[in-house]
Amino acid sequence: MYPYIQNTKEDIKRMLETIGIDSVDHLFSDIPEDIRFDRELDLKPSMSEMEVRKYLTDMSKKNLTINDLTCFLGAGAYDHYIPSVVKHITSRSEFYTSYTPYQPEVSQGTLQYIFEYQTLICKLTGMEVANASLYDGGTAIAEAAIMATNITRKDQLVISKTVNPQYREVLKTYAHLQNLEVIEVDEAEGVTNLDELKKNVTDKTAAVIVQSPNFFGIVEDLKAIEEIAHSQKKTLFVTCVDPISLGILKSPGSLGADIVVGEGQSLGISLQFGGPYLGFIAVNKAHMRRLPGRLVGETVDANGKRAFVLTLQAREQHIRREKATSNICSNQGINTLAAAVYLVTLGKQGLREVAARSTQMAHYAYSEMIKSGKFKPLFNKPFFKEFAVTSDIDADTVNKKLLDEKILGGYALEKDYPQYKNGILYAVTEKRTKEEIDKLISVLEGIE
Amino acid sequence: MRKYDKLIFELSKPGRRAFKLPESSIEEKNLEELIPAEFLSDEELDLPELSEVDIIRHYINLSNKNYGVDTGFYPLGSCTMKYNPKINEDMAGLDGFQNIHPFQSEDTVQGALQLMYELDKALCEISGMDKMTLQPAAGAHGELTGLALIKAYHEHRGDTKRTKIIVPDSAHGTNPASAMMAGFQTIEIKSTEEGLVDIESLKAALDDEVAGLMLTNPNTLGLFERHIVEIAKLVHDAGGLLYYDGANANAILGKVRPGDMGFDVVHFNLHKTFSTPHGGGGPGSGPVGVKKILMDYLPTPTVEKDGDRYYLNYNIPHSVGRMKDFYGHFSILVRAYSYILAMGKDGLKTVSEMAVLNANYLAHKLKDYYNLPEGTIYKHEFVMAGLKGALSDVTTLDVAKRLLDYGYHPPTIYFPLIVNEALMTEPTESESIETLDEFAEVMIKIAEEAKENPELLKEAPHNTPIGRPDEARAARNPVLRYEG
Repeated sequence: MYPYIQNTKEDIKRMLETIGIDSVDHLFSDIPEDIRFDRELDLKPSMSEMEVRKYLTDMSKKNLTINDLTCFLGAGAYDHYIPSVVKHITSRSEFYTSYTPYQPEVSQGTLQYIFEYQTLICKLTGMEVANASLYDGGTAIAEAAIMATNITRKDQLVISKTVNPQYREVLKTYAHLQNLEVIEVDEAEGVTNLDELKKNVTDKTAAVIVQSPNFFGIVEDLKAIEEIAHSQKKTLFVTCVDPISLGILKSPGSLGADIVVGEGQSLGISLQFGGPYLGFIAVNKAHMRRLPGRLVGETVDANGKRAFVLTLQAREQHIRREKATSNICSNQGINTLAAAVYLVTLGKQGLREVAARSTQMAHYAYSEMIKSGKFKPLFNKPFFKEFAVTSDIDADTVNKKLLDEKILGGYALEKDYPQYKNGILYAVTEKRTKEEIDKLISVLEGIE
Repeated sequence: MRKYDKLIFELSKPGRRAFKLPESSIEEKNLEELIPAEFLSDEELDLPELSEVDIIRHYINLSNKNYGVDTGFYPLGSCTMKYNPKINEDMAGLDGFQNIHPFQSEDTVQGALQLMYELDKALCEISGMDKMTLQPAAGAHGELTGLALIKAYHEHRGDTKRTKIIVPDSAHGTNPASAMMAGFQTIEIKSTEEGLVDIESLKAALDDEVAGLMLTNPNTLGLFERHIVEIAKLVHDAGGLLYYDGANANAILGKVRPGDMGFDVVHFNLHKTFSTPHGGGGPGSGPVGVKKILMDYLPTPTVEKDGDRYYLNYNIPHSVGRMKDFYGHFSILVRAYSYILAMGKDGLKTVSEMAVLNANYLAHKLKDYYNLPEGTIYKHEFVMAGLKGALSDVTTLDVAKRLLDYGYHPPTIYFPLIVNEALMTEPTESESIETLDEFAEVMIKIAEEAKENPELLKEAPHNTPIGRPDEARAARNPVLRYEG
């Protein structure tokens, strides 16, 4: 007996009789005998729900969570508060057990929330068109880069080394496949080296790609970078952004970005060990038809009533096949719903407050941390919710000592930036309190 | 049900709030003291102002306009809309799985790594492969990953002239698109009358520029490619590799394995075969398995075990690099593993047997009314070439829309492209004989309506939240965001 299979012995008998065969095996007789799997799978026998629950719960308890530890770790995945409404809405199984809305008459729920999500991403980024989402921040950068090469018909991508190292790795993987050149521009004091950038932007450049706040948490001078990017007539300016930061920072759209991408995990999506998260991408109308992935548009039904449909599908892989410019055929579905619910729940005031509070707490932590001189700032630049410090102590030692005190320490920079040995990147969100930060400082001060 | 037709933005009213921060525990400064004013926005955010009550009612009303597997029968071919067990959701929601940061030290996430390791092993056993990467985010992403591996294999051998990928004309649209993304040219080969790979066309396409063949088996017509051993030999002899598109793996669990058929690389769609929810379009998960010859090219990191300790291995000599951030769609992996544990070695085999039985039973019930070849054995799905007896101007689209009136989600329509008026139907193992009988009765009734009252179908659906939308208008004049 299996709870998810309904056919009884009697049913099976009746079905076989109807078809006019004598056994289920007959239905597999078209598989050549020499490749048929003739033993049992080497897996555990089926378990009851009680056993599954116990087995996996025990396994889950081997992990320490952000409820066991106080989290100061970020580097692309953040411990922002998730309001209860998010989970309650995304748990509606009319939403999560549906497929891609190919039949709009019975998918208006999904289509409308995607339309609302697209609108919210536009409002936040200051752009005109957003798609129904991509896998994550890294693949969003890769898709934006490929899109830029298709628009400009150039094959060189210039990306700052202050962009999240994982995103750059993903970009390099995708770029290699399509024979595109990736030029990485050095950083200087935690921001993109503008002189180096200038040198590398030429008439071969399809896109200049930067992140702000960048991987170190520092707000880049997007205006200056925009000027350099657009010093070449066709070159596109791609910016990657933390959507929470847009509660207080100028939008990339207002600063001349051509393509805005980012990781949307901060918008009501659990950390869940790195995924699934949410890649977003937004452009101005001129590039609408070059966008990868799905788009939902408004129309009317046969009775003139407002309705939503998947639209401009002629761009997509299932129509264009080998002429497609992207192969993505899913979106992050239920995570776009989470992001939409998060944004409307925080609303006009709340998102600003969460952004501002994160900045306030991060700056408090920073000023307390550098007070004694044991930990020194790695950079002296304006930052949003993350900052980097260094010391004479190895980052792993610091993080082990913090873990002993139930603190999840920052991100060790050395593996991606060997020049910043002992450097640690701390993230502070609106969830952190003075008490928690003071404890972090006191443990840090106590490390020998 | 309430007639609800508002957009969230239309509910906004100045002063409403659904979110409140605690009082600040520090003395806050002016933001301009922390971040230079030139970087700060001087405009108000253009987000709606709503109460929690507004928000909940809005989305619950929207959910009522949606059809999911939990609502009813959803025989969407090649999408494997099986039941999504509720224990899976609970397991993914466990604190120990849901609330862990991807950059925590390995000793604090041993349970998560163990789950990934065990899932890797289980998927290897099911597919007959040697090692998996759990990184790919979806089926199409798995295809891209697999093709990247094939590319790296040839490149590493200095065999750089292999720039072509062969794809049958029955393939999913993602296959040629993924090949393009991976920097290959696609060669499409024709299917036989029966719907199988045409061996002669394959032979003609094979040369020393072919990097590999992408194949779905059973294919999109629900047919098992019974010449697969010969196909594999031909491709291998020509120096190419074989890619298995696992979109249709629901028919083969414990019955036959891609690894034993001769495939070198395979992806699974966990959101199809392994019961994780489709989520209205995602997130999915598309783990890729490889034979030993491709192990050195896998994306980093993989999950390994050393004694009792699980760890992330970044040391893969000729890795294609990173396909996405972090390690894959972890919480989807939890759901899939929960399903594999619940079904076990015995249950997974039963899944495929019942999926195949259900498909053949339903095909048998419909074959007098819809165009289906005689005497065919299907695997998990079958494709009807529209209504029998070429009727006036009633199309497959009309049949699909009329099904909505009877409370069913229609099959996949107009795919595969090689079948006219295609209705690609996949009942899955989740459905009972009663559901299949009722669905068949409705399909037969619709076939009768098509003769007696075609207008009923042409104007369908009649009792859904909206009527047929004007898709041409949406494409002609795209409105992609609320402008109110």
